[in-house]
Amino acid sequence: MKKVISILLVVLLMAAVFTACGSKDAAPAPASNAPAASDSGSGTIKIGGIGPTTGAAAVYGTAVKNGAQIAVDEINAMGGLQIEYKFQDDEHDAEKSVNAYNALKDWGVQMICGTVTTTPCIAVAAEANSDRVFMLTPSASSPLVNHGENGAYDYDNVFQLCFTDPDQGLASAQYIVDHDLGKKVAIIYNNADAYSTGIYQTFKAKAAELNLEVVSTTTFTDDTTDFSVQVADAQSNGADVVFLPIYYEPAALILRQAKSIGYAPVFFGVDGMDGILTLEGFDASLAEGVMLLTPFSADAKDERTASFVKKYTEAFGETPNQFAADGYDVIYALWNAAKAAGINDKTSAADACEKLIATFSGGSFSVDGVTGAGMKWSKEGTVTKAPKAVVIQNGVYVGF
Amino acid sequence: MKKLSKNTVYNLSTYGIVIVAYLIVQGIVLAGGLSNQIRGQLVPICVYISLAISLNLVSGVSGELSLGHAGFMSVGAFSGVIVAAALRDSGMGGVPILIISMIVGGVISGIAGLIIGIPVLRLRGDYLAIVTLAFGEIIKNIINNLYVAVDARGLHFSMTSADGFNLSEGGRVVINGPMGATGITKLASFTMGVVLIIFTLFVVLGTINSRHGRAIMAARDNRIAADSVGISVTRCKLLAFTVAAVLAGMAGALYAMNYSTVAAKKFDFNTSILILVFVVLGGMGNIRGSIIAAAILTLLPELLRSVADYRMLVYAIVLILVMLARNSTVLKNYINNVVNGIVSRIKAPFSGRNGGKGGASE
Repeated sequence: MKKVISILLVVLLMAAVFTACGSKDAAPAPASNAPAASDSGSGTIKIGGIGPTTGAAAVYGTAVKNGAQIAVDEINAMGGLQIEYKFQDDEHDAEKSVNAYNALKDWGVQMICGTVTTTPCIAVAAEANSDRVFMLTPSASSPLVNHGENGAYDYDNVFQLCFTDPDQGLASAQYIVDHDLGKKVAIIYNNADAYSTGIYQTFKAKAAELNLEVVSTTTFTDDTTDFSVQVADAQSNGADVVFLPIYYEPAALILRQAKSIGYAPVFFGVDGMDGILTLEGFDASLAEGVMLLTPFSADAKDERTASFVKKYTEAFGETPNQFAADGYDVIYALWNAAKAAGINDKTSAADACEKLIATFSGGSFSVDGVTGAGMKWSKEGTVTKAPKAVVIQNGVYVGF
Repeated sequence: MKKLSKNTVYNLSTYGIVIVAYLIVQGIVLAGGLSNQIRGQLVPICVYISLAISLNLVSGVSGELSLGHAGFMSVGAFSGVIVAAALRDSGMGGVPILIISMIVGGVISGIAGLIIGIPVLRLRGDYLAIVTLAFGEIIKNIINNLYVAVDARGLHFSMTSADGFNLSEGGRVVINGPMGATGITKLASFTMGVVLIIFTLFVVLGTINSRHGRAIMAARDNRIAADSVGISVTRCKLLAFTVAAVLAGMAGALYAMNYSTVAAKKFDFNTSILILVFVVLGGMGNIRGSIIAAAILTLLPELLRSVADYRMLVYAIVLILVMLARNSTVLKNYINNVVNGIVSRIKAPFSGRNGGKGGASE
């Protein structure tokens, strides 16, 4: 038995070594010398994706990966400029993300759709900035991905397709005031999470400016499973709106806790709340009346969204969330920009980077996608599109 | 000429392996033969090797299961980042700044190790493991709530938010709570990584072969007997624990300087376990094993990228198989035979010329 195991082990290790060597040897070839001639006018550009497809944030990375795949398939079926697409896992970890980026570089990547999450994105952005590789991130929403505090750094090669965290905080506060959802606000946020803290900070500042009274601010961390203290604090302070700038998993627990003590304020979430309806074992009736700010809702009636949702559901057996839509739009944005800038398979990553920066920040370039029509980018890399709020009614998002 | 002791030969050959490996890799890098993927991994590999060696001092040599090693790594990482940020405009070169931050990171991490070690090392076995685990998490959560800024007036600290700092012109936030540190100037290099490994080896092997090291091992093998001959067991263990914390802090500082950003979340329980896996897989108390295990297990998930979705599954299977193989006497005997065969074949011509093994050196 032991002999068998040892032999098996040796074979496995050998296999691992050989597959690794194989990919390593094959990889630099297209990078160093231009690939074989392509048909004139078209060609194939190499787009690499980076995001977590394993680990705690796998939901987001997988959604982006799949959404982007739909766009790639559509574009390649259309003819003209083709896309070769490869997605690498980063486990939502800065170190692994840089590894993934290096693997894509060996593959000969020309532009990057990623990375999906914020902290890894900052790490990769620094590398990509010194290598001059263009990045359009579908969902890393912190302003820190391209601009350091007080100009500590400035990555001009990194653009965002999603709203930034401050924008979400500002828009949420503005929305609550404009639509008169309540007078007293409670906030429950994850103070161990950059995304959550980022939105909280700008929301707090904007709320003060708009004279929106914040009566309760409570926090939790990643491992928290009991929210009785936070919810009770909001209730005892008489909050009629509870702002939840958090991901959907803790949000589900908060909703359950509120229901159990008979507390029914307006719950207002941001894009991290997206996905709550597909959470396994979640009673959708708990989310009744929950509002969230999201650029994408799968039940929107426009033709583009309907077609995307249909294809996605057929291919992957679930309704696409906002991250899938972001991934889909990133590919179209990159493809349109590459066409506009005349990038083909012979363009080096560094040339493509300068051309894409010029195109994206040129002012006349705009993209219509499923997360918004007429998306435009500033020189700073942030996107302009209209924020949308939806309310959950009978288990589906309804435009608000 | 005095005959070298077995220990000295072992130690020297360990340094030799590291230096030869460094020269080979550096040669390939200069020749441009290394893929970006592997090249990007060189510094993390060095960091993990140092961490594994230092944890081996606690877990292997001192025989205490510590599950909070990543906590010390993060103390070193963040104090190193603060020092580097404070020295950024001092006009010093990159290497001196890196060395100073690594030293400061190591010292502060060592102080943390000492403070934690004094109460914790009075416990034994499972209790000690649980408490070190808790301290690792505490360190992580403290750093999650830490805000540090630097400006012309010096450093500012806060545990609530970065709003109240009123920074002067040119000031900036270095550590921003859960966001961690961003905009770190990348100073780490493969050469510094190897220097760190050699320093770690020097300290750990030196400790093991010293009077203290023998006391530590005596306390591990039989606590009561060690007590009875006048060895202060707690002090021995505290020494090993603190030295390991210092080295982990230095490795953490180097790690942080290799990326533009570092967040406290990285240094969680999983990272502690990862380092422990290197140690266990390389062999408790086996320093050379730690080096090899850390290098291979850091590279492996990256080399497995070609199998995409099954990557982590294959990684786990390889881990299990290696564990089984390590404990397989059949395989061990086979490898020993092969190694002995090679060694005797190499030695044969020498022994022929010298007229007997070791004859000339006696």
